[in-house]
Amino acid sequence: MANRITAAIALSTLSDPTRREIFERLAERPRAVGELAATLPVTRPAVSQHLRVLKDAGLVAETAQGTRRIYRIDPRGIGAIRDWLDRHWSDALDAFKAYAEAHPEEEIKP
Amino acid sequence: MTIAPVVKTISVAFPPARAFEVFTRHMGGWWKRGMTVAAEPHVDIVIEPHPGGRWFERDAAGVETQWGRVLAWEPPHRLLLAWQLDAHFKYDPDFEVELEIGFAPEGDGGTRVTLEHRNMERFGDSAATIADSVGRGWPMLLELYADYAGQKETTK
Repeated sequence: MANRITAAIALSTLSDPTRREIFERLAERPRAVGELAATLPVTRPAVSQHLRVLKDAGLVAETAQGTRRIYRIDPRGIGAIRDWLDRHWSDALDAFKAYAEAHPEEEIKP
Repeated sequence: MTIAPVVKTISVAFPPARAFEVFTRHMGGWWKRGMTVAAEPHVDIVIEPHPGGRWFERDAAGVETQWGRVLAWEPPHRLLLAWQLDAHFKYDPDFEVELEIGFAPEGDGGTRVTLEHRNMERFGDSAATIADSVGRGWPMLLELYADYAGQKETTK
């Protein structure tokens, strides 16, 4: 359940067009704040604010490179819903197998 | 950005016809309680056995909550479903990703069941569309956050 909520938060965060734009640019390659601000119609503090929200949602990660901070996408955020489904289907197929084996054939006629 | 599909396989010791039957007609029996989307627990999960058929759960009061529909019904080897639950696990007739289940004969009378849940990247589009069209992205986010925070509080 927690992961399902994480997925919903990640996806809701991307519903903001500027944040989606930032996220898409970071998906191309890692970039610094200044570089993002130079090509977007928003101020540098605004870009920093969006990056903070993306980071809180687990969508973006930052690393230090000298005095600059480089931002990159964090696949755990966008992959959250996928991870949830991945685990869900593992459990579901196990449950399917266990159910079929526990019920004699005469109860379930093809 | 494309996200890899979810692919799962499992081997069972009975033929494809029975595997297909249990998977489809008895989904309500093997599906985990509480892993559904309606407010009330399910008493059955129904896949209507023809292309265009509905895929839905039904609660004890007879309330039906749709999950998707049948794209291809090809017993005993293949089932193709449209999963129409969006990023918020709400049914949306305008949203769909594909869920394909194959039942291949394996060994002496067994079956290899392969499940593929694909078009994952569409979940991102659906979240954006929902939020843009009804503007409920942020209220929902805050609500979810409050739930999540509450849960964390109780599990401490």
